[in-house]
Amino acid sequence: MSSHYESPYREPLVLGDKTYQQISADIVKPIAGPATRSWWIAFGISMALFLWGSVCILYTIGIGIGVWGLNKTIGWAWDITNFVWWVGIGHAGTLISAVLLLFRQKWRLSINRSAEAMTIFAVMQAALFPIIHMGRPWLAYWVFPIPNNFGSLWVNFNSPLLWDVFAISTYFSVSLVFWYMGLIPDFAMIRDKVTRPALRKIYAVLSFGWAGRAKHWQRFEELSLVLAGLATPLVFSVHTIVSFDFSTSVVKGWHSTVFPPYFVAGAIFSGFAMVQTLLSVVRKVLRLEDYITRLHIDYMNRVILLTGGIVAVAYITEFFIAWYSGSPFEDYIYLSWGAATGPYWWAFWSLILCNIAIPQLLWIRSIRRNFVWTFAISIVINIGMWFERFTIIVVDLSKDYLPASWSMFSPTFVDIGVFLGTIGLFFVLFLLYSKNFPVIAQAELKTILKSSGDHYKKPSGTDAQR
Amino acid sequence: MRSDKILYGLYDDEDLLLSAVERIRREGIPIDEVYSPFPVHGLDKALGLQETRLGITAFIYGLLGLGFAIWMTWYMMIYDWPQDIGGKPSFTWGENMPAFVPILFELTVFCSAHLMAVTFLVRNAMYPGARAANPHPATTDDKFVMEISVRAADEPQVVALFKETGALAIHLKNPES
Repeated sequence: MSSHYESPYREPLVLGDKTYQQISADIVKPIAGPATRSWWIAFGISMALFLWGSVCILYTIGIGIGVWGLNKTIGWAWDITNFVWWVGIGHAGTLISAVLLLFRQKWRLSINRSAEAMTIFAVMQAALFPIIHMGRPWLAYWVFPIPNNFGSLWVNFNSPLLWDVFAISTYFSVSLVFWYMGLIPDFAMIRDKVTRPALRKIYAVLSFGWAGRAKHWQRFEELSLVLAGLATPLVFSVHTIVSFDFSTSVVKGWHSTVFPPYFVAGAIFSGFAMVQTLLSVVRKVLRLEDYITRLHIDYMNRVILLTGGIVAVAYITEFFIAWYSGSPFEDYIYLSWGAATGPYWWAFWSLILCNIAIPQLLWIRSIRRNFVWTFAISIVINIGMWFERFTIIVVDLSKDYLPASWSMFSPTFVDIGVFLGTIGLFFVLFLLYSKNFPVIAQAELKTILKSSGDHYKKPSGTDAQR
Repeated sequence: MRSDKILYGLYDDEDLLLSAVERIRREGIPIDEVYSPFPVHGLDKALGLQETRLGITAFIYGLLGLGFAIWMTWYMMIYDWPQDIGGKPSFTWGENMPAFVPILFELTVFCSAHLMAVTFLVRNAMYPGARAANPHPATTDDKFVMEISVRAADEPQVVALFKETGALAIHLKNPES
């Protein structure tokens, strides 16, 4: 059919001799079968990290945030670093599912489900840090605009910290709804495929009675499109508002108009790196090699290269402006000569190495399309982006306008434990997801099988001459 | 139209289904429903379905959210308890508005997205635990089913049409059975 035509020069997005039925079977297989040994091992390690993190969180809540390495000069450190890092990671999921939907990029279909799951789990980790940093997390509801017991003292809508509350909660809940609505037809497929009655019952509840009626599909597509249209400005707003936490302050190095676009690019940069990290593992463990192909990681690496380039330009701008201002205070912001040679030189150079130098390897096509290299570089970027947030927060705070209050920060075991705990919880959730949820948006993937499937693209007979 | 029986035609290809839908509708036979495992491009037009108004509702919900956010920021920051915070003006909403833009935006998106999703579920009569109405479990996997309710007299014609258009299988169901 002509409507399924795609240029033969385009590489296939689905490899192998797939039929619609096989796609369903490939998605159902890990769900219907028992969990593998490697899954249990990974789950055990993640759970242990999470439990240790929970102990550290309870310790923090019980004793107070004095158990962290914070001091009078450096009042924000690992907690907010981790917060910004996790929120940033979340951005790739929405970008893949929403922005690439608006741009009609078909390659998103194999990866959007997992990327969105990553978004939701990452934002959950992020939200934890401001809440425990409050010190009295049971009063966390005070951030909501509700009348309180002390007269009608309202929240302050002028504050970027409150904007953050609205941005993060909107982002989380809208991403969750977007993700879940997309999952419904796939849950219905699993409901109709699995044989164990208990599983069938669970997926029947989860699938909301989806039957695939023509009118429902029409509404479904409209819903996806409009939610994508809403999520696109939303994702840009979230990290913009996170950057406002810094740029509306008067701390040198933070008070910078370049922050919003620079933070958004950095968020997408780190988020795509995390998607690469996760999918490299998922495709092997769940045997999805036919769906997550070299072409997919190539495309994602190109996005990494672009956003990494934007981040690099922002770094150079910051470095130049710090020098050009001639202000002695500016010579110790996170990107300055003072930072490069000062006591935090290791953080500065980790940032340059991990975020600017090493990702340049992705210009080489064979590296961009190599799973091992991609995995290694994605880990490097994850580390580099953590250091970026660390230098922005800790280095900028460590030497403020009053030399008498200059200080250094060193984390306690609690700081480290809470961070490890969020990594643990993130992977616990992701592993549960990858075992029990359809990891590929199979219903939508089936719509491109005839145009982009390897089997359908192979020239046969007369077609080959055209 | 009072119908005696429900006929199901099972197809295994979306292109076949699409041409069958067009053909059967050309014969003047109304199609009650089509169940498909994925959205088939052009099926809604072929079935003569009206365009969905879900997008319009999303716009209205967005306006509601924006209106609510304007009211809330005005009531809390300007009317009920005006405060001088960081020298930012608290006399009129208009002067303070730039600081409220993030809130206005987020609440617009929040209301639009969530209320639209709720509308989607309500209009489709979907909720946790709702009974799935697809006539054959393969319609969520790789098969396409067309549902036509007919009077006994029309049955042979529809069956013939199903066969002609390449249906893989044809099922008959009495509504009361």
